Amino acid sequence: MPKLSEVTRHVRSKAAGPFWVSVDVMFDGQENFDRYSASPALSAESIAAVYGVDAATVSLYPIPALKVLKVSYPRKSPQGGVEERDMHSGQQYTYLLDTEL
Amino acid sequence: MYTSVKVFVPQGSLGAGMFPEEVDHALALGPHAIAVDAGSTDSGAAYLAKGMSKNDRGSVKKDLELLMGMQHTAGIPILIGTSGQAGGDLNVDWTRDIVLEIAEERGYTPKIALLYSEQSPRLVKQKLADGKIAALPPLGDLDEETIDTCLHIVALMGPEPYFAALDAGADIVIGGRSSDPAVIAAYPLWKGAPAGPSWHAGKIAECGAQATTAATGQRGVLIEIHEDGFDVEPVDPRFRATTDSIPVHLLYENKNPWKLTEPGGELDVQDCEYVQVTEAKVRVTGSKWTPQPYTMKLEGASGNLFQTIMIVGITDPDVLAEPQAFHDKMLFVLTERAKSATGLDEDEFHISLRMYGWNGVSGMPPAPGSVPLEIGLMAVITANTQALASEVAKACNPYFFHMPLRSGMELPSYGWAFSPGDIDRGAVYQFVLNHVVSVEHPLELVRIETLETPSAGRLVSSAQAQ
Repeated sequence: MPKLSEVTRHVRSKAAGPFWVSVDVMFDGQENFDRYSASPALSAESIAAVYGVDAATVSLYPIPALKVLKVSYPRKSPQGGVEERDMHSGQQYTYLLDTEL
Repeated sequence: MYTSVKVFVPQGSLGAGMFPEEVDHALALGPHAIAVDAGSTDSGAAYLAKGMSKNDRGSVKKDLELLMGMQHTAGIPILIGTSGQAGGDLNVDWTRDIVLEIAEERGYTPKIALLYSEQSPRLVKQKLADGKIAALPPLGDLDEETIDTCLHIVALMGPEPYFAALDAGADIVIGGRSSDPAVIAAYPLWKGAPAGPSWHAGKIAECGAQATTAATGQRGVLIEIHEDGFDVEPVDPRFRATTDSIPVHLLYENKNPWKLTEPGGELDVQDCEYVQVTEAKVRVTGSKWTPQPYTMKLEGASGNLFQTIMIVGITDPDVLAEPQAFHDKMLFVLTERAKSATGLDEDEFHISLRMYGWNGVSGMPPAPGSVPLEIGLMAVITANTQALASEVAKACNPYFFHMPLRSGMELPSYGWAFSPGDIDRGAVYQFVLNHVVSVEHPLELVRIETLETPSAGRLVSSAQAQ
């Protein structure tokens, strides 16, 4: 089973406003997109478990034309709060890289 | 009849550092207007709460000098959105003063329009009482107490206030908080361009040339809106827009990749086609705009908590061998020390310890067997006043400095980088609103002021009540 980092050309994350985070998973080639973008390891439930949020709030947008899976979820605590560790959410993607597909 | 309109977007953020040669590149392409975004919520609520810019004044002035020079030479308007990072009234006035300073120094006499969209707590409470405010997920219904915690509140403008400024003959429009795409779409829309392509082009160009092979918001792009689509290309011929780079940008900093909710409507790009028309230029067709009841997003920043921080570096092998045990013991010891030294209850202060080099960013357990080379330990102490946060930090300082992994060990001394070691960081600024307000018309919550500069240093101001 490959890791996500082995079948993608790039994965990135960024704040989508102060209350949401969005992760763009850019697969390396059509074959990898077709094979892995709907993997159970990338389901709303799996994503929710990684980020500690409610699965019902996780949105998945597969975009075949771009070979991208876009994942959006609400921040556990709003941007800039007492426990803030990643103001722009720019490091959040890293927790998905070792996901076994 | 509509003929195509070209807009030069010089960069993703005013003050990012424009390259002077881009002025000539852009002028050669014959733009009809210059549009630039000057802010974002990305870097946190401090800039709205304090009414201050993120980019420094000198950098913003340098970029404005280049753009105002273009405006003066080519006679085309400049539209600036979300001025001074947050687009509050103070941020707008800060930008206005730089523009006036440049005009005076260079002898320019532009007509300037200021668009203010800051809202008083009293008005927001009235809108709440009138049932005009709705929550956006993940937040719930608004209450008056939350409104009272806001130091500043702004409403996100669409393109209509920019239309009003252009109608008034403005050469430079200094806008408060605005939708990023709206600022770029405003001039084409004002000229009668179709809504779908205008808004879509605005979204693609909001970060300057980031959506091209230049891959940086420091460089500029030209967008040209046609009857049935739009073209986008970087102004510097060394870079290219490609059918890969352009559609991917719609993913950026955006929750939904196909639909953008904007003031007065929704942009849908799901069925768009992207065609490479020249080596550097992409044509986009199929962008759809659906008008919706007009709402403006509200943003409010609070700052009613305060922090003091302390940082030590640790290379002690005992600590590096058991970072999590060290963290847990340190948190317990500091909390007990703070309570006994200050007499505060545990819910009157908050201590967070971040171990950089171990899990300082994630806060989650690292893979089993991980051993850090060093740990940068940061204590973040939060309380209701700066004095209290500082008092807790000072009480904790000796323990933070000397606590051994286990009692009975020799007293360690961890590595401070500064003296004094405790740093009063100031307020914790947070966005506390994520709500929309329904308005009767797009200018209801906007104040527009125009400034004439008939000669350097002499101003005539006229406020227009909307």
